[in-house]
Amino acid sequence: MKVANQTQSAVELVRAALEKAHQYQAEYHVFNWINDDAIKKAEAIDRKIAQGEPVGRLAGVPYALKDNFLSPEGETTASALILEGFQSPVTATAVRKLEAEGAIMIGRTNLDAFAHGSSTENSYYGPTKNSKDTTRVAGGSSGGSAVAVALDIVPFALGTDTGGSIRQPASFNGIYGLKPTYGAISRYGVVAMASSTDCIGFFAREAMDLDLLMGVVAGQDKNDMTTLPNFYAESEIKTIKKVGVIKDFNNEAVNSEIRAALQQKIETLKHQGCEIVELNMPALKYALAAYYIIVPAEVSSNLSRHDGIRYGYRSAKSQNLSELYENTRNEGFMPENKRRIMIGNFVLSSGFYDAYYLKAAKARTLIINEYAKAFEQCDVLLTPVAPNPAFKLGEKVNDPVAMYLEDVMSVPLNLAGLPGLAIPVGKTNSGLDLGLQLVGPRRSERTLINFTKTLEETA
Amino acid sequence: MEVNQETIHHLAKLSNFALTASETARLVTDIKEIVGYISQLDQLETDGVEPTYQVFEMENVWRPDEILPQEADREALLALTAETRDYQIKVPKVL
Repeated sequence: MKVANQTQSAVELVRAALEKAHQYQAEYHVFNWINDDAIKKAEAIDRKIAQGEPVGRLAGVPYALKDNFLSPEGETTASALILEGFQSPVTATAVRKLEAEGAIMIGRTNLDAFAHGSSTENSYYGPTKNSKDTTRVAGGSSGGSAVAVALDIVPFALGTDTGGSIRQPASFNGIYGLKPTYGAISRYGVVAMASSTDCIGFFAREAMDLDLLMGVVAGQDKNDMTTLPNFYAESEIKTIKKVGVIKDFNNEAVNSEIRAALQQKIETLKHQGCEIVELNMPALKYALAAYYIIVPAEVSSNLSRHDGIRYGYRSAKSQNLSELYENTRNEGFMPENKRRIMIGNFVLSSGFYDAYYLKAAKARTLIINEYAKAFEQCDVLLTPVAPNPAFKLGEKVNDPVAMYLEDVMSVPLNLAGLPGLAIPVGKTNSGLDLGLQLVGPRRSERTLINFTKTLEETA
Repeated sequence: MEVNQETIHHLAKLSNFALTASETARLVTDIKEIVGYISQLDQLETDGVEPTYQVFEMENVWRPDEILPQEADREALLALTAETRDYQIKVPKVL
């Protein structure tokens, strides 16, 4: 990515990004808010450069921020009415680290409300459109961040990935999307969805930009007790000799052009001397059911804090306190938020806990074990991200299970806390983007990022 | 598991939602379909398998029990609420 220096000013970089952001907004609805004041930060960086003062590794680099990261710049809405008007007094650690290196946030991007969804259609503010075909979805939940990078508005964007919310929109828009190891990046100041799988990650057009971003943002944070000591910079870049392919993720249920793209990569990897290992991972087909028990359970707990009392939207028509809670929550949440909260309360309620929540927690153990076994036989897995390329707007939004099924190949690794990297692998005959994902053991993201060089050479 | 209007009313109560009649009707269909899908876990053999509730590798990450300066002070936090009086948040009557 271009960083401000003596010849390339921060103001030029930020102004170009803001112009594009405004230019595309009506057609694509990428942003919930565009930060026109960003230019002031760029001017400050240019003054430092002119005076010979040191500037950060991301000096003057404009970026887009998924609108579920807290910072005092703009309202943090999570694309839900219930957070309307919420101007955070605190700053997310990831945002703080990026800004400390000179990166400049030019806008807050659209998402499925509270990151619940796979298309960005569940936004209170309306859907974001796909970067290649505006009759199709951007993917989700981080749809706005993906399209901001795909349209070349910004060189990178921040997103969150609880079950595919970075990798799937990245693959729907032909860019890279990294979901790091669970615990690699602090989640302080990010709107919580499902705490046992939520991860912060990035979108970029160049894979090696992800390496720079991980170097800046990863690491332990005293404000998030679930962060790992920084392992990224010291982690070994392993040479990939064996690539695993999951048989169940390469059958008729997967779109033929995605399978052809996978096959093409397999052939070129073989040509390069990699061994291809075909794997049976029978527990993975239960990952989606387990995910849609565990995640709603955690959602129902995390979203109980949104009650209209301390911040955000408050319903005006209530006579007493319980009516205030019930009206605020009913008016403020989107239908998919309500479905997930209610499913969560269902699977946790007495009489159903053992059959659903406990069962899913046991399935999770089997899924983790299956990945561990797989990585005894191969170095990385190469799989599709989703069974289909970007689908039509409105095609699945009224059928919750059909929408969930789009996540069938993205959620398993979240349950195991593994890193996944979505990579662009060409286009369909009709010009839609195709993506695949690399999945590795914990702490292998540096290896995954560097392996893209091999994959690009053979493309 | 039978999902009917009564189930939805119960879940709405647990979730603090004042659902409309049309929302309730729609949710009977949606929740029934979702519960139908997740119930396929029945088929997975899990006898003797320990549950996993979280995948963070470390346990008991402690910090000293000290009062530290916070990013947001009392005024900044109270400014986020709809109505305050004497540094307290005003809400409608409880009963």
